[in-house]
Amino acid sequence: MQRSSENNVAVVIPAFNEQKTIAGVIDDVKKYPYRIIVVDDGSRDLTYQIAKNSNVIVCRHLINRGLGSALSTGIRAALEEKADIIVTFDADGQHKAKDIPPLIEPIMNGEAHVVIGSRFLEKNKMPYYRRLANQTGNIITFLLFGIWVSDSQSGLRAFHSQAARALNIETCTMEVSTEIIKEVKKHHLSLKEIPIQAIYTDYSLSKGQNFALGIKTLLKLLMLKFR
Amino acid sequence: MALIQFLIIAFAIFVVTRIVLNFRKGQVSLRGLIFWLGLWLIIIVGFVLPQTTTFLARIFGIARGADVAIYLSVVLLFYLTFKIFIKLEKIESDISKIVREIALKSKEKEK
Repeated sequence: MQRSSENNVAVVIPAFNEQKTIAGVIDDVKKYPYRIIVVDDGSRDLTYQIAKNSNVIVCRHLINRGLGSALSTGIRAALEEKADIIVTFDADGQHKAKDIPPLIEPIMNGEAHVVIGSRFLEKNKMPYYRRLANQTGNIITFLLFGIWVSDSQSGLRAFHSQAARALNIETCTMEVSTEIIKEVKKHHLSLKEIPIQAIYTDYSLSKGQNFALGIKTLLKLLMLKFR
Repeated sequence: MALIQFLIIAFAIFVVTRIVLNFRKGQVSLRGLIFWLGLWLIIIVGFVLPQTTTFLARIFGIARGADVAIYLSVVLLFYLTFKIFIKLEKIESDISKIVREIALKSKEKEK
């Protein structure tokens, strides 16, 4: 694996109706010398306009297609821009841009193809029901695909461009997090986890998975396993 | 003829005309036409000549002819639902691909 330079890092931010947080997230990431690619997943609010005026690359889905789809689009756009390292970053404000340099370090050093920023390697203030949901996600991921990851549902990840090219994301929605791990295993990519900080606001908690959605995700994952 | 027989046959004829009409409009493929006509023909035969289902019931080892019809219907319904489900997933993923291509083509670069 080649070593990568820091200049060729693209941060993909999938966003759906995030007009409240998107500008702050972009500003936070802009403190670093990375290219930013916002994928507006058919938002009905001002997300697209805000991103467009922020002097970043913007891809717009004409209609809402879900997180997995938006990530795929962002990764494709990043590869088109010849990025060496691709970072995925949530638009709801739960991630900190200062976690990106340590996240991409293992890739720059050639230690890993894929790095996941885990919210559980260090103590944090995640509400217990969220913790339970995430642990369930981890257990399901392990049972289905045989890889134990402390935070399989994390939205902060980094990929070497070779790994990003190999990824074949078929699912459109939330189960994408688990599917990425399945693809990591399938292509024998090396995976590393590093601790990150997650900020839980009422806003970011209102987003993401709820229980009913979790059940639906589980069913779809089962289909993925047996397809 | 019992009332239920009359009602079912009338409904079957209505459905058959719909299928043929849709086939003429090109909304149903030839395969679809044959499948649906065959299915409704079996339903009509089953209701006009109930003894055929009794015959089938004996072969399958089920007590009553009506039960055979119910069992087969349930299996068929599950199968069709499954097919629709798979088809929908495929269409969803195809839509995503189209939306993605459009998004990448009209990508806005930094100013």
